[in-house]
Amino acid sequence: MITATISLNKDTLNVLREQDVVVFRNRVKEYAVKIKMGLVNQTKLITAASELVRNMLRYANGGQIIIEVVSRGRDNGIRLTFKDEGPGIPDIKLALTDGYSTGKSLGLGLPGTKRLVNEFDIKSEVGKGTRITIIKWANG
Amino acid sequence: MDKIPILRMGQFLLVTIQVDLYDRLALDLEADLVKMVSKTGARGILIDISAVSIVDSFMGRIIGNIGVMSKLLDAETVVVGMQPAVAITLVELGLPLKGVYTALNVEKGMDLLKNKIQLDEEEEIGPDDDNSNDLTE
Ligand SMILES: Nc1ncnc2c1ncn2[C@@H]1O[C@H](COP(=O)(O)OP(=O)(O)OP(=O)(O)O)[C@@H](O)[C@H]1O
Ligand SMILES: [Mg+2]
Repeated sequence: MITATISLNKDTLNVLREQDVVVFRNRVKEYAVKIKMGLVNQTKLITAASELVRNMLRYANGGQIIIEVVSRGRDNGIRLTFKDEGPGIPDIKLALTDGYSTGKSLGLGLPGTKRLVNEFDIKSEVGKGTRITIIKWANG
Repeated sequence: MDKIPILRMGQFLLVTIQVDLYDRLALDLEADLVKMVSKTGARGILIDISAVSIVDSFMGRIIGNIGVMSKLLDAETVVVGMQPAVAITLVELGLPLKGVYTALNVEKGMDLLKNKIQLDEEEEIGPDDDNSNDLTE
């Protein structure tokens, strides 16, 4: 379901190296605190963000992230958009399956992220790149 | 460069993670701990993560690896002080912290380790000392 949202505040970050991850996580934290997101939701959001930024670095050599405060009625939330120009994901359904990994890892990142956030949208085109958008509502 | 200090306390090693680990630091810690266990013959590792606010699948894997490797060297790993929000998140993420025990704080973790080691020793003197199945679970 697509929720009508208004973007209130926006920030763009390029993530190209591992060191950028900590900076990015801190920025997400600042945003979440600003909209008074509870600690558990903050933790879920930052963990989800961390998974996605790691994937971006690992499989697509980095990319760009947009951090936004969005609002829906009375509730505010954080929307994160991860854009990369990597190899893309040939089978999204498979990639969203627990335990599926082409990187000899646990294969938890994408399915776990989906569980941790309120809204999850993924678009990917082989040879072009991947774009993943997540939203966590402050009271969601 | 930064390094996470490993403290020796009798037969145990104590690691207190104060910062959110970036990957290099975490990988170094994993290597250092394994080296230290084999050098000192330590029987247990306590990893205090009470100051850690985010454990993602990468961090979780590092902790799991430390658990598995320490087991191969006959030591147990206990993760102590996990924040409730982190615990909730890990469950939803679906991350099984296999091979490690958890305890509320360092003191309780220490007790747990002492018990484990005692049990091990009793088993070793017992008639059935085949505890190789410990590794296959
Ligand atoms: N940005 C991306 N670009 C291209 N492929 C990706 C991207 N993100 C994920 N993938 C693919 O989707 C698979 C599943 O990703 P997921 O994060 O769920 O697991 P993982 O990264 O392999 O393991 P884990 O996250 O548990 O360490 C990856 O193995 C990879 O093949
Ligand atoms: Mg991943």
